[in-house]
Amino acid sequence: MAPGFRNGLTAFVTALSILEMRIPVESYRLPNGLHVVLSEDHTAPIVAVNLWYHVGSANERPERTGFAHLFEHMLFQGSANVDANEHFEVVQRAGGTLNGSTWLDRTNYYETLPSNQLAIALWLEADRMGRMLPALTQVKLDTQRDVVKNERRWSVDNQPYGTWWERLPALCFPEGHPFHHSLMGSMEHLSEASLEDVSEFFSTYYTPDNAVLTIAGDFEHGEAVRLIEEYFGPIARGANRPPLRDMMVTPVFGTTLREVVTDAVALPRLLVACRTPVFGTDGYYAASLAAAVLGLRTGSRLEQSLVRGQRIASNATAFTYDLAKGSDLLVVDVTAHPDVSTDQLEQAVLAELDKMHRDGVTEAEVARARALIETSFVTSLQSAAERADQLSRFATYFGDATLANEQVVRYQATTAADVSALARERLGPDNRALLLFVPAAEAATDSGATTRSGVEVGA
Amino acid sequence: MSIVETTVAGGIADDAPPAPPRPGASAPRPYHFPAFETRILANGLRVIVSPVPAYPVVTMLAVVEAGATRDPRDAEGLAQMTTRALAEGTRTMNALQLAERLETLGTTLDTGADWDSAIVQLTSLATRVEDAFAVLAEVLRFPAFPESELERLRAERLADLAQLRAEPRGLADVFFSRLLYHAESRFARLAGGDEASTQRTTRDRVVAYHGEFYRPNSTALMIVGDISVDEAVRHASRYLGDWAGTAPDVTEPLDVPRFTEPRVHIIHKADAPQSELRVGHVAVPRLHEDYFPLVVMNAILGGLFSSRLNLNLREVHAYTYGAHSAFDWRRAASPFEVSTAVETAVSADALREIQLEFARIRESEVSEAELSLATDYLVGVFPIRFETTAEVAGGLANVEIFRLPTNYFDNYRERVRAVTAADVLRVAQRHLDPTRLQVVVVGNAEAIREPLAALGLGPVTVYDPADVDVPIASSSSSIS
Repeated sequence: MAPGFRNGLTAFVTALSILEMRIPVESYRLPNGLHVVLSEDHTAPIVAVNLWYHVGSANERPERTGFAHLFEHMLFQGSANVDANEHFEVVQRAGGTLNGSTWLDRTNYYETLPSNQLAIALWLEADRMGRMLPALTQVKLDTQRDVVKNERRWSVDNQPYGTWWERLPALCFPEGHPFHHSLMGSMEHLSEASLEDVSEFFSTYYTPDNAVLTIAGDFEHGEAVRLIEEYFGPIARGANRPPLRDMMVTPVFGTTLREVVTDAVALPRLLVACRTPVFGTDGYYAASLAAAVLGLRTGSRLEQSLVRGQRIASNATAFTYDLAKGSDLLVVDVTAHPDVSTDQLEQAVLAELDKMHRDGVTEAEVARARALIETSFVTSLQSAAERADQLSRFATYFGDATLANEQVVRYQATTAADVSALARERLGPDNRALLLFVPAAEAATDSGATTRSGVEVGA
Repeated sequence: MSIVETTVAGGIADDAPPAPPRPGASAPRPYHFPAFETRILANGLRVIVSPVPAYPVVTMLAVVEAGATRDPRDAEGLAQMTTRALAEGTRTMNALQLAERLETLGTTLDTGADWDSAIVQLTSLATRVEDAFAVLAEVLRFPAFPESELERLRAERLADLAQLRAEPRGLADVFFSRLLYHAESRFARLAGGDEASTQRTTRDRVVAYHGEFYRPNSTALMIVGDISVDEAVRHASRYLGDWAGTAPDVTEPLDVPRFTEPRVHIIHKADAPQSELRVGHVAVPRLHEDYFPLVVMNAILGGLFSSRLNLNLREVHAYTYGAHSAFDWRRAASPFEVSTAVETAVSADALREIQLEFARIRESEVSEAELSLATDYLVGVFPIRFETTAEVAGGLANVEIFRLPTNYFDNYRERVRAVTAADVLRVAQRHLDPTRLQVVVVGNAEAIREPLAALGLGPVTVYDPADVDVPIASSSSSIS
């Protein structure tokens, strides 16, 4: 029988059985501190290897922004026994898919392969964890610096609204806070990054005791354990990893923050962020449901009210950032309908937030949100890569991969009263950061908009 | 390699443990594309069922012969408008009730239309499959198309078009598609319609379009997941068995190119820090004897990370974050295109490299290493493409849309393995044609126009992003 969680179930899979669904999990640590998570499932001859390093842009020095992400690129530039870009070639030749990604508080690297290719994926990951520095050269660094600058132009500078995802954290976290600065980094800092910086960053953070290695899918348990020991066992534990700077912020902003950006965009767009409880807490699940009630799919409040009812918006969503330290953010993201001014947009969006803040949510709204989240969760488990990533996430943030299996239960346990309480505490005018994009054309004809440019604090 | 340069790493590299030898692969476990059965109901509806019981979910995907190539000449966008409006209410539920019904079941309806077909899809937990099926059937058969919702959808389409003007990637795709095909071809106009044609996608037109094309004989329904063939067919018979009517046969659109000579088209975007590039021409239809060699050829040229184009433009020259090539497969002759975004200053250099790679793949056989990388990848990744019920349903839908043989997936890996370096060279020479390359660039014309003209890739024309009807080489801005 393939996935463990269906063992013993009858043909009638009841709603209760969703609560009982379990990703199989076995965890242990190597003596060097590497946290290993194994999740066996022989449904298809596919295996996912997923490695999370507990380092992200939050760990960067203020004068070296963009470094964690540049470093992710460097990790594909070879190691002692792997040539530059050979990692990609070897995995693709094996019939696998791969990538890496950098986030505020973690960096991950992952491959999905035919299951008979597990060994090469583990070997590649171990070679770069243990022996990346011997392959480092100035030419490689220069090339990847230029590639990253082009990534920045492509995804930020030459994209309408492209700066939102660096402006919003900058607005929500104070100067000097680890989440304040840009993940992609500034062009200046990227230009200044040296080989010494890369070496130091690698030695400090890319160590087995700062990583979680998850294997999910079709593998033979004994063989996987043996390969992990052989490849990762000899890699030395790290030392002198500096603690993160203080992440604590107040639970609410204490006021409404505002930033108005005039940009080459066609329609006004408003993002509102509220500080909410960090990922994994009871409050997080309430905030996640609040976001879904507000802006997940067609039946959500913003879609029904702003897009369909009032026709103020052409698009409206809400989501959480899922940050596990300091503060999470609940973000409402609304693009105006043509011919709707930024002022109309702002008033309408804030009215919806006021309403939820004041009156809370209904049981039916929460039931709808929960049902959508549950189906999405169960559906996502079909992918070995997705299972592995979930397990790595909980192992990295909480040291316990089995918590990945508690998510449906925790959504179930979160009531409409909990969501209403969260809205009462966190969605009010004292906890909103507004980022407003104004089309250059509107700004030019509306002196009211132009005089508001720049960051203003206060309502 | 590069050991000399480890001095920069100080003593750290000395601590590195010795490497165990690089391992090979173990014996592969067999994989078969999920088995499926096809049942044809008395009304002509094709029901394709693949029981995949690993997870308690079921995907239902209806493919209807109602794609954008069926749009009337003056109402382009009608196919897409109809699919969007399907979810806006039925004879028993208004738009809100329909959304609430589906979402309380934990599912949502995804609808859309590409050139060849319209798609209506949902994935639900297995316990709720019959309820979800009933809603899907009602949406297909009895949409209400309320006027007020259609009015909103038309306004949203206009908003999308306004947004498109400011979005370099979408702008490049749209201009490339429009400039590639003959001005009279359906492909030369936006799949979703422009401002004028959108205004003509009225309720009467949508109702008539649905009535004509959404019929059981023009529909195939994939049902994939934790469900038996019998149960799936029972639901299909109950909810769709008395669906009546016959859709007309499909006629394929004109698919000849607009230009027989190579040309450069610049869509001017002042202050753009990058140029979005699209380079290619009309190639072959999806159902073609050279399909497998073409897929392998594309993987080597620009389909893989380690492809010639990406290694050249990204890893050697650092012009870009990535460079790719692809066929945009259709039933008619399909575009082949190279796409990338490069820093403005190197636009001409990047284009020269693309042109060189385009020529090089036609000059001599690819190496054995390049060939095996492509074929090993395509063969090995095959099971990974079909991990989820939605992916299996999508694969089966392609068999229906492109009228592929029913054993297509059983033979796929064998066909890929059979491709030789000589095949790759032959199809590159036969189907890639540098003498009619169309180059579309969204970027700062003031900075790139002269360097691009100097490349000699053909006459250069500059357009405004708002140009709706693309002029054929407007004389005022054309330089040769």
